[in-house]
Amino acid sequence: MSPAALASERLSFQTHPDQYRHWRLSIAGDIATLAMAVDPDGGLRSGYELKLNSYDLGVDVELADAIQRLRFEHPEVRAVVLTGALDRVFCAGANIVMLRTSAHSFKVNFCKYTNETRLGIEDASSSDRLRFLAALNGTASGGGYELALAADRILLVDDRNSAVSFPEVPLLGVLPGTGGLTRITDKRKLRRDRCDVFSTVAEGIKGKRAVEWNLVDDLAPLSKWDEAVARHASELAAEIVERPGPGVPLPAVTWEETSDDAGRTTLSYGFVTLTLDEASRTAELTLEAPETCPTTEDEAVAAAAGWWVLEAYRQLDQAILELRMNFRDIALVLLRAKGSAETVRATDALLVGAKHWFVQETAGLVRRVLKRLDLSSKSFYAVADEGTTFVGTSLELLLAADRSFVLNDPDIEVHLGVTEANRGGFPMSNGLTRLETRFLGTPEAVDAVLAHAGQESFDAETADELGLATVAPDDIDWEDELRLAIEERASFSPDALTGMESNLRFPGPETMETKIFGRLSAWQNWIFQRPNAVGERGALVCYGTPNRPEFAIERT
Amino acid sequence: MTGIDYSQKIPNNVDLASDKRLQRALERWQPDYINWWRDMGPSDFNENDVYLRTAVSVERDGWAHFDYVKMPDYRWGIFLTPHEGERQIGFGDHFGETAWQQVPGEYRNWLRRLIVTQADTEPASVEQQRLLGLTAPSLYDLRNLFQVNVEEGRHLWAMVYLLHSYFGKDGREEADELLQRRSGNADQPRILTTFNEPCEDWLSFFCFTMFTDRDGKYQLLSLAESGFDPLARSCRFMLTEEAHHMFVGQTGIARVVRRTCEVMNEHPDACPSEHGAIPLEMIQRYINFWAASSLDLFGAEVSSNSANFFAAGLKGRAYEDKYEDHLVKDDCYELERWDGERITREQVPLRNAMNEVLRDGYVDENLKGVEYWNRECEKAGIPFRFAYPHRRFNRTIGEFAGARFDPQGNAVSEADWQAGQRVWLPTPEDKAYVKSLMRPVTEPGKFAGWIAPPLRGINSQAADFEYVKL
Repeated sequence: MSPAALASERLSFQTHPDQYRHWRLSIAGDIATLAMAVDPDGGLRSGYELKLNSYDLGVDVELADAIQRLRFEHPEVRAVVLTGALDRVFCAGANIVMLRTSAHSFKVNFCKYTNETRLGIEDASSSDRLRFLAALNGTASGGGYELALAADRILLVDDRNSAVSFPEVPLLGVLPGTGGLTRITDKRKLRRDRCDVFSTVAEGIKGKRAVEWNLVDDLAPLSKWDEAVARHASELAAEIVERPGPGVPLPAVTWEETSDDAGRTTLSYGFVTLTLDEASRTAELTLEAPETCPTTEDEAVAAAAGWWVLEAYRQLDQAILELRMNFRDIALVLLRAKGSAETVRATDALLVGAKHWFVQETAGLVRRVLKRLDLSSKSFYAVADEGTTFVGTSLELLLAADRSFVLNDPDIEVHLGVTEANRGGFPMSNGLTRLETRFLGTPEAVDAVLAHAGQESFDAETADELGLATVAPDDIDWEDELRLAIEERASFSPDALTGMESNLRFPGPETMETKIFGRLSAWQNWIFQRPNAVGERGALVCYGTPNRPEFAIERT
Repeated sequence: MTGIDYSQKIPNNVDLASDKRLQRALERWQPDYINWWRDMGPSDFNENDVYLRTAVSVERDGWAHFDYVKMPDYRWGIFLTPHEGERQIGFGDHFGETAWQQVPGEYRNWLRRLIVTQADTEPASVEQQRLLGLTAPSLYDLRNLFQVNVEEGRHLWAMVYLLHSYFGKDGREEADELLQRRSGNADQPRILTTFNEPCEDWLSFFCFTMFTDRDGKYQLLSLAESGFDPLARSCRFMLTEEAHHMFVGQTGIARVVRRTCEVMNEHPDACPSEHGAIPLEMIQRYINFWAASSLDLFGAEVSSNSANFFAAGLKGRAYEDKYEDHLVKDDCYELERWDGERITREQVPLRNAMNEVLRDGYVDENLKGVEYWNRECEKAGIPFRFAYPHRRFNRTIGEFAGARFDPQGNAVSEADWQAGQRVWLPTPEDKAYVKSLMRPVTEPGKFAGWIAPPLRGINSQAADFEYVKL
């Protein structure tokens, strides 16, 4: 398939409240309300109807967009109410027909994206930017309840009928895989036997028992609903400090697309460039820092959405999503950081000591984009060759990669360097920094690297000594080393690589996040491939059809 | 509560006396039920003797025992149609297997949901009708209302028996909640929307018993086929009682029509409302409203639940016996779809269209009922003819929900819909007028001026029989 042919089918990850088809965003004072009103005919593809507030990727792209915009564009907002705009329906979760008719690779990436959106909700709360109230005006089933679980508080209407439920196991033969099983145990901390019961009762649990089991925090009758929602929302808002305005509108990320004679396609975003070579199944992803930049918070605030680091990481985010969803055949991504090391150092100084909310938000966005990179099912090689500057925040790209190739030649300038941002600015899903993760068994190696913080860049030789280079060939060996490593990578089983990388990237402690991606998603993705779910008589295939599932009874 | 004589207090054929677990459950539930009846059942008439039919056994004459009884003392019995030898499951993937005497674990939740949804309609309709006794057009009608009410109460008992007997703690909790939801209550509404509509006048009551209770009949018919034998047998017995409810609706409307026709013939130049009768067009508007609202009760045209329930052998088609193929694995059903602009036709798997199959039978039966009313007009020489509204009209559930169609099923613009509502659905003036007619008539043998007497009395009683002792 040529890139040109792909272009028409490529999914977009950008939207704007003016274009929302599925959510209604309204803001009153310090409370925003995101009311879900999914347009049944508004699916990304034909062939399924998004009934009962069920969602597909397009619905989730809007949700992610809304949360991102609230963070940047509406500093006045301190609490967000997630609710349903349909009568007696909050959300029925991911659309089953959509799942059933999707390619496995799409399904997995769809689930990953929706997981990231929900973690984005928790990220906004844990960074004390926004609190979330899930105001369940009706039944929240499957992914609907999983969405609610991402909120700080869950309020359920008490109409003797509306329930929260996980029908996946009993009805669909799959898992509540968008964090559901992880959050009921690790976040809501339900007793495990109750989790077991809850996860097998298709119709769910309602009313007082839902509160008693801590599936929800409170109940409110319909007649007092608006009042209860307002009270909970303002209590949550009160936990967040006020921020001075105005907000920073986020323009669309744009890019130019060109092809060369060798059949390679390049997406030029500005600070980020993505070149795709389908023949070798390799992409090159480069982030280039500009020569000049704001050096004070005031200047950064004045630059607003044009602040280079915000622009660059928003571009990187788009590029990663393109790679994941629209270029699923690409096996390996060569990462390069280029441009002015001084710019990165000056910017890191602002990000690390951020006092203004906008600068804090920008740091938060960089943190989330780097996590998105960690979680992508591609092999990443950091390539530190001529003209590269893996410094500070840009060094995180090297640390995120599966391997780093550092050109060790005295005649060729390769800059590597450390800033305070590497000390703790951008923790990974496992709660550790990328340095701590890298040197899990040798904490003194972390200190040795961090000793260079605030100092001049160092060369390849030093980088190798510090343990930052997987290999550091000289100029003579360089091309062969790299070529062999690339060709070898592309020859391995993509599945084995995905599994291997996602195991090796997150050593050390487990967090809810690592469990969601490493345990829950892995099991889900296994189940998604099994005949009991997707075989001819699998539960997911049979659901909604006249056929009943027939299971292979063997426990694996 | 101590020492209940179960065979007396709760007539039954389920050997209640020897089932300690069930006794204990029902003992707890019964006082709540009586309290609910006093709070939410027919107002003001709990101390009056009413000439009621009570089911005292499942024998040939046992289900229709007539006598005076005070409603709270009505013996809400638990009856299942007796075993017909070993029954076999008559449809779905378990076709031909022995019917289940216990709930299969894998279907426990679906069955409970089916039973709770059916059960919820029973107390709901009693609540909807609780004030009608104050404005009954005759003692005959008052008695019929109470007969309907106590039987809905008995049907609730029948479903609660199943919940208590077969669904453990969850079933008991569901049984409790059946007494806690309230029709039309904003905070704890009844499950289905139609059962939250107020039923404040007798014209609405007749429409309700005609159209909404007939939905009940069809739901019972489909559950009477269930592979879960106790449910099937409960529903079969309930069906014997349900017939009376539709009789009340069918003949009730017919008597209103007859009276209007009489007035029209007596005063050919006047509007019937000038002489205290209900204009035929107004009756048609009430029919339109309740017919459409009741059509919603069957659920969406394409339904994975209906396919699941059929496949699992839980809910079949009405009169499943009359079909040849009980598996219907590969058959399709041609369904009308609305794409926002026009009607298209689409083949869907028959199992997913079971709601529509049930609705088809229901609509056919209603058409016969409408013909029956038209014969009243014919006999009186009045040219007006009633029409059953098209199933696309005024729907809030399913394919046509939210779209605008006239009672003939033609798509109309929003503006035409707004204008048409005054012609198609009861107007505030209609409601005010009908309400103004609602004056109680309590003298035996007398009838309100807007309704004709029935052709014969209940249990062949004389015209001036004192059906309710006030």
